[in-house]
Parts: sequence; structure tokens; C-alpha cells
Amino acid sequence: MVAEGVTEVPVAAAKLSLREITVVFRARRAPEVVAIDRLSLDVADREIVSIVGPSGCGKSTLLRLVAGLVRPSAGEILLDGRVVTDPGAERGMVFQSYTLFPWLTVQGNVEFGPRIRGMPEEHCREVAARYIQMVGLTGFERAYPKELSGGMMQRVAIARALANDPEVLLMDEPFGALDAQTRAFMQELLLDIWQKTPKTILFVTHDIDEALFLGSRVYVMTARPGRLRAEVSVALPRPRTLEITTSEEFVAIKRRVLAMIREEAGKALGMETAPAVP
Amino acid sequence: MSLAQVRPSSPRRARRTIWDVLRPHEPIPRGTYLAILAGSGLGMVAAWCALTYGGVVAPLFLPSPTTTIRSGITLVADGTLLQNAEASLSVIVTGWALAVVAGVPIGILMGSFKAVEALIEPVIDFVRYLPVSALIPLLILYIGIGTAEKVAVIFIGTFFQLVLLVADVAAHVPREQIDVSYTLGASRAQVIRRVLLPATLPGVMDTLRITMGWAWTYLVVAELVSADRGLGFMILDSMRGFFVDRIFVGLATIGGLGLGFDLAFKWLHRRLLPWSPKA
Repeated sequence: MVAEGVTEVPVAAAKLSLREITVVFRARRAPEVVAIDRLSLDVADREIVSIVGPSGCGKSTLLRLVAGLVRPSAGEILLDGRVVTDPGAERGMVFQSYTLFPWLTVQGNVEFGPRIRGMPEEHCREVAARYIQMVGLTGFERAYPKELSGGMMQRVAIARALANDPEVLLMDEPFGALDAQTRAFMQELLLDIWQKTPKTILFVTHDIDEALFLGSRVYVMTARPGRLRAEVSVALPRPRTLEITTSEEFVAIKRRVLAMIREEAGKALGMETAPAVP
Repeated sequence: MSLAQVRPSSPRRARRTIWDVLRPHEPIPRGTYLAILAGSGLGMVAAWCALTYGGVVAPLFLPSPTTTIRSGITLVADGTLLQNAEASLSVIVTGWALAVVAGVPIGILMGSFKAVEALIEPVIDFVRYLPVSALIPLLILYIGIGTAEKVAVIFIGTFFQLVLLVADVAAHVPREQIDVSYTLGASRAQVIRRVLLPATLPGVMDTLRITMGWAWTYLVVAELVSADRGLGFMILDSMRGFFVDRIFVGLATIGGLGLGFDLAFKWLHRRLLPWSPKA
């Protein structure tokens, strides 16, 4: 099946592949900003890959590139070997901010994808019920977003993305606005859902624990311009529960990643205090 | 002393002082709120009574409540008030509705598409600074002094402001809501119809309510200049015979109708958009 917004190219390897991506932002009366500089990375089918890095390193831009919301200045993004040019339903996204449609109920939000793609009524209802149940919100089908807590809203947002049955799920700090307990609950919920219906997930966060707990691999990005600083393998068994985050192996990996992040964050801060004009 | 005797000290009954009521943004008990509300209304009536029955102000300038009510009853009984109110209402609703029908789509297009903004904004920013009253001579020249001219005054007075307000509403639809729609597979047309339009509804409802208020201002301006019926005309006509009590009846009617429209819009907002954060 050829997905929307994707054109044929004869190379095929990983599920998702970024090749030498560079993104340059030009703004009036401001110097050009190189947000991402010749970045390459691969994500295997049904793998969870986390991306961490200091603020402003271009993590979110990376996801928006894969989503097709931003075009790279150079380089290409391949999904199953085909170049990504536009947004498409096979690449679902969950944002940090609350992006539910306030005029639709929980049910209406989750059905949104299947509905606009012209799926029959019956199918839409069935899919919505399944994913609403998966995120534990059965009984809230008729509630409007304004009646939900932050954690519940993000669960609906995840259900809405999954209801479209995307091949790749792009998650941009989806739990960033939640309190610590809710965040921990959501991380376990996400892994639970992934065990049941494995998807290729690219997960951006600035929380190292979260990145290591969820990901099979973690890419550490440098301060702006965003490049890959390191690729860290998280060879911890699955299914995982939060207890794993206190294990020795976990802590050892965390220590390494933390050292890298601190160094990069230091660079980022140094950059901000230096005079803005070169 | 047995344990049973040890009671948690009952919280001291909080005594509400004037300082508690005047804390910024602090909610106050509903009873207090209603009491102040009633006090404000009664205070106004009391002041009116004191000024008139006490003989502080001559009846020529300020008629007493009884005179005004009596005059109101007469005007209702002989049909004058209803006839004039009807004339004003039909002008205002026509002018305002035309402005809404034309202005809301243009405003949404302007707030959503930068190209439309560039096309329309200079014209609107120029025209909206022209006082409608300054255009009345031209309108009389072009359209005459009939109903059409008054409808045009209302239309011009509300249309340009309405376009800008609606454009602002449309421009503030969260970017992420649009982005997420694309990632859910929505086409551009679907994003506009199924995301952008519904997202603007609460803001548009508010704009309708606000511009209706302005329409009343322009109505009276139009009727003061040239009219043979309407509430503005009634007020001006009463002045010619020094029927000050009739002026007050006219003012009370305009205020009452305005308040009625405002409440109706608020009710409609809650009724039609139960999901709106403002409902």
C-alpha cells in the first residue's frame, strides 16, 4: 500500500530513516538558525526510539519533519524506503499541548481520523470503543475535553492517534505537562498498549528516565545546531515496569546519558549568554 | 480528662469583613453578590426619587419616576412606543444581520489566510477609522433618507469592526489543532471545514454579541439625523415639545432591549455551544 504524501524511491532498509537532514530557519531581522545539522538516524519496525537533548536542540522539529509538517532544507526522510513529503495518516502524532478538539466529545475526538477518511459509521464506533477502552476511559465517551483532567486529555490524544492505526507514532513530549504520578502512570500505560499493538514509536522528551524506560535505543542530541551526539542502547528486558528504573543497569546507563546531557545543556546556556550577533 | 472530652478546636467562624469582599479576583458568596447587585439597582432608583420628589432638580430636566411611568403607560397604550421600537428593531436587525452574513466569512478568511489579510486589511483599517456619523451626509446623498439609509449606517458601523474581530478569532485557532488534523489524515478542505470553522464558533458568538451592542449606538445616530419613526426619532421629537419624561421612556426602552439582546446571546452561547470554555 502506498501511503499518502509519500513517493516511491528504490532504497529500503529500516522502517523509518532520516538521511543527512538539515533544517535552516530564516527569519526577518535575525541571523539564520541552523536547527538541525546533517542528522541521520534509523528506526526499526515496531521499535521504540527515544530522543533526548537540551532545550532548543531541534527535537520537536525532528518530529515535525517526520510528520511532514516541516520540510528539510537538505536531506530526506524515508518511510519504508519512500520519501516523505507531506503529512499523512500513517504517521500519527501526539503533541505536548492539549490538542483535542474542544467541540467534539471523547468519542468524537477518537473517531476523528477514521471519520475523515470516510470509514463506515459502524467501523468508526467500534474502533473508538476499542481505543477508549485501551486508555481506560470507558464511560467518558460523551464527555467534552473541558470536563477532563490533563492526564485524561492526553490519554484521549493517544487513543485518537492510535484509532487511525498509524504505522509510526510520533510523540512530542506528550507527558511533559503532567504531574509526576500521572506521568509515571502514562508511561506504563503506553508500554502496555505497545505490548498489545506494537507500533514504531519515535518519542521525544527531555526526561532521561522516561527516554530510557520507554526506548530500546536512545539518541542523544547536541545543543543547537542539533546533531547526533550518541546512540545509547537500552538492553533491558521487556515487558518493563517502573521498578526497572531503580535497577543497576538502568542507573548505569542513566549516569552516562546524564553526563552527556549536562555537557550539552551547558553549551546551550553558554551560547545564550554570549552576544547574539556574530 | 477522658479522651471523649478532647475535641478538635472548632475552626473559628470566619468573620467576613469588607476587606475580604475586596480581595482581587477572590470569589464572594452568592448572597453577598446578589445583595450588592440589588443595592446598586435600588440605590439608583432611590437617588432618582430623592432628586425629583425632593425638588433638587426641576422636573423640566429630570422627570420623577411616577411621571415617567405614567408617560410610559400612555406611550404603550396609544401604540407609539411599540411602533417606534418595532421600526428601530427592524432597522437594527437588518443592518446587523447583513453585516454578520458578509463580515463573518470575510473575517474567517482574513484570519486564516495571510494572502486574504494582505488583500483586505489596508481597506478595513482605513475605513474603520472613519466615524459613521461623518458618512451620513454621503449616505443621504447616495441612498436618501429612508430605511435603507439607516440600515446602511448600521451595516457600515458594525461590518468593519466585525471583520477585524472575527479575523482575530480565526487567527488565534491553536496551530497544533491544525497540525494534528493533518497528521490524522485531513485534507486542507477538511481542516477548514471540520477544525477551523468549529474552533472559531465561541469567539464568533462573542463578537456577534459585542457588535449588536454597537449597532444600537449607530441606530440612534442615524435616527437623530433623519427619521420619521424609531426610538431615536421619538427621543428627538419629544425634545421639541420638552416632553422630557418621554425621552426617559425612550432611553429606558433602548437600555432594556440592549440588555435583553445581551442576555439572549449569553443564553444562546450556553445552549448552542455547551462545549465552549465560556459556556
